[in-house]
Amino acid sequence: MRTEGQTLYAADVTGVSSLGKFYVEHERGLIGTGAVLTFLLAWEAVTRSRLVDPLFLSSPTLIVRAGYELFAEGTIWRDLRVSGTEFVVGYLMAAGVAIPLGLALGWYRRLYFCLGPFIDVLNAVPRVALLPVIIIWFGIGVWSKIVVVFLGAVIPMLINTFSGVKTTEERFLKVARSFGASELKIFWTIVFPGTVPFIFTGLKYAAGRALLGVVVGELYAATAGIGFLITVSGATFQTDKVFVGILIVTTTGVLVVELLDRLERRFEGWRPKVGSAT
Amino acid sequence: MPLFLRFYLERERAILGTITVVFFLCFWEGLTRGWWADLLGPVLGSAAARWRISPIFLSSPTAIARTAIRLFSAGEIWNDLRVSGLEFLLGFVLAIAVGIPAGLAAGWYRRFCFAIEPFLSALNATPRVALLPLIIIWVGIGIWSKVLIVFLGAVVPLCLNALAGVRTTDAKLLRVARSFKAAEGRLFLTIILPSAVPFILTGLRLGVGRAMVGVVVGELYAATAGVGFMITVAGASFQTDKVFVGVVIIALAGVLMIEALARLERRFETWRPKVGAAT
Amino acid sequence: MPVKLEAQRICLEYYQPRTGRRLLALDDIDLAIMDGEFVSIVGPSGCGKTTFLNVVDGLLPATSGRILLDGKVVTEPGQDRAMVFQDASLLPWRTVLGNVLYGLECQGIGTRPARQRAQHFIEMVGLQGFEHHYPYELSGGMQQRANLARALVMDPQVLLMDEPFAALDAQTREVMQEELLQIWRQAKKTVLFITHQINEAIYLSDRVIVFTTRPGRVKQSVTIDIERPRKLAVKRDPRFLQLEDFVWNLIEDEVRKTMLADRSSRGSAEVGPPDSGV
Repeated sequence: MRTEGQTLYAADVTGVSSLGKFYVEHERGLIGTGAVLTFLLAWEAVTRSRLVDPLFLSSPTLIVRAGYELFAEGTIWRDLRVSGTEFVVGYLMAAGVAIPLGLALGWYRRLYFCLGPFIDVLNAVPRVALLPVIIIWFGIGVWSKIVVVFLGAVIPMLINTFSGVKTTEERFLKVARSFGASELKIFWTIVFPGTVPFIFTGLKYAAGRALLGVVVGELYAATAGIGFLITVSGATFQTDKVFVGILIVTTTGVLVVELLDRLERRFEGWRPKVGSAT
Repeated sequence: MPLFLRFYLERERAILGTITVVFFLCFWEGLTRGWWADLLGPVLGSAAARWRISPIFLSSPTAIARTAIRLFSAGEIWNDLRVSGLEFLLGFVLAIAVGIPAGLAAGWYRRFCFAIEPFLSALNATPRVALLPLIIIWVGIGIWSKVLIVFLGAVVPLCLNALAGVRTTDAKLLRVARSFKAAEGRLFLTIILPSAVPFILTGLRLGVGRAMVGVVVGELYAATAGVGFMITVAGASFQTDKVFVGVVIIALAGVLMIEALARLERRFETWRPKVGAAT
Repeated sequence: MPVKLEAQRICLEYYQPRTGRRLLALDDIDLAIMDGEFVSIVGPSGCGKTTFLNVVDGLLPATSGRILLDGKVVTEPGQDRAMVFQDASLLPWRTVLGNVLYGLECQGIGTRPARQRAQHFIEMVGLQGFEHHYPYELSGGMQQRANLARALVMDPQVLLMDEPFAALDAQTREVMQEELLQIWRQAKKTVLFITHQINEAIYLSDRVIVFTTRPGRVKQSVTIDIERPRKLAVKRDPRFLQLEDFVWNLIEDEVRKTMLADRSSRGSAEVGPPDSGV
């Protein structure tokens, strides 16, 4: 019965010229690209015409040039390496703690009763507010950033894993119990597979938090890293370099989420694709 | 069943929670007061000194409470609270005023959505606080830079959720309205908007979180007043207790706002079957 | 009796912008329904019954052919026809009363007279006392009563019913069928009823139209000459069973064809553009 309610496009499209058809089929991409190009051109025009000082706003071409120079000179590699280390170490530590702990919290009620208040409080505080204390405790080196990344990422991973266990469907549990499955068997065959999508949601969300942690930590106090590059360039009015830094951060965010999406698809072959009717 | 056991089981959650929190606070207090070092001294010998930590480094629950009382009674904190509150409020209200209508419009008008989609995705992928150095260049270190960063933080989840709300409207219900020849405006008000409400509320909740991050980070980075500013100054001068007072204030504000939103949500949701809310 | 509703050579073709393929859903349907007649359409699932009903209501434009009501062409939904949708089409955020009032509101009919009318029909379908309940608080049968009241309150000349009892349990369905016949006698409406249940169609109708598998065509029109009023016991009458057998034989071939077609085209059977134009 999939045909229902979908003739909105009916007959009328078939008669149109091939150009019109091309437009209809690629409308989304065309409008999107058009909007982005317009924006970039307007930005370029505003600075070229000296309507606004390029020192103040920079421009697409200036940013591209700055990006090229930064990579050609090679000074940026060190910043990338430092930020990358902070991100990866903090994120992996968070995953290593949060996933087992979240599973345990969901499975053992009393453990949740004990730790729940701490998780709730940490969830309510923007963890970046702890930066000044973290700097006192861990100094301005790599470790303070790793801790901030860890704190940022651990909470969403933990909460999602936990609620994944909690939302296990009662009827599957009944099936398993009626077959006489042991608790351990139930956990690994019923609870865990149902939790996987929640874990991935947590991992994706946490990637954003972790990135935020790296950037804020380095903006606040650091000696190297992309956030450090951004803040130093900002303080010296090198707006183009600031934008290069921001673009690197954005790209990283997009890539990490894409990577996790891929990973999720490998794990989730049995799940029906639900309507992303974009 | 013995009476005390039943009493315990009925309140197990609260009792266990309270015990662990109290235990945690005692442990913390003991570290700075040297309770554990004194206790372990006979056993561990000189190694027990590691269980004594300077209050400057760690602070302690009582020190934090004392400092909080002093700050509030002396009144020096009110100005910081006012500034932070104002930044939050202005930025968040602005984000609501822009984000929700834009999201609804993008959900409703396909072409408008195509046009703003790339910008929204890019903004969504960037931690907006990375824009702080630019914003400081553009609008200075006064409250407007914080208003702007709060706005940028909150507007994206608000917009994306409103958009998703419109998009996920049940096609069946749209058909009902069309069958009754409902005019476009009525269709929007009676079908689209109500089904988007839960999404908008989710957006508000996410937005509050982002807005708080915006205020705090903005003030940590560059400011002349505000709770975040207080924290950073206190941190730089090793007044750890004062830092924690600021953190507690921020945590309380967060909890209060989430609670207020939960209330709001319940008011809107009378028509929805009650399901077990997983935290 | 004059002809009330007429479908003339209705064809409906879907076009898929992505693949460029066309798909014929309805093929040359001719149908005439008398004033006050109760007509059912049965057919294998996916045969386009619901699609046809949507065309009659004016929700979908036909690719060719026309729908006449009292000899006048109709192309869009109107007050003269009202649709009783499948399950879960009540607005979940409105009470029973709010839902019944919805159609009247859309026509801009004032609140006070509308309320009285709504109350009248709520009582007619037996929902008095539940006016202020939300849909989730009602059983499936009660939801469909509300759905029926929402259509009846518009005082349409033709009632279009799209498998209204499909989601109900067997007992509730029987009771609803009997009540529907009573309401039909009181209200004197022309009814076009879609179902996949053969005995439901025979029990309710003056005439049963059998559709072929996709593309939907009229395979045969079967007149049900069982005298009214009909009690539920009539379903065990030999004449009734004979008719049921006859209609089943007509459909059986079609069902087999559908199953074969499904098997051969699995995976590529998705039909209709996914952009639902919301």
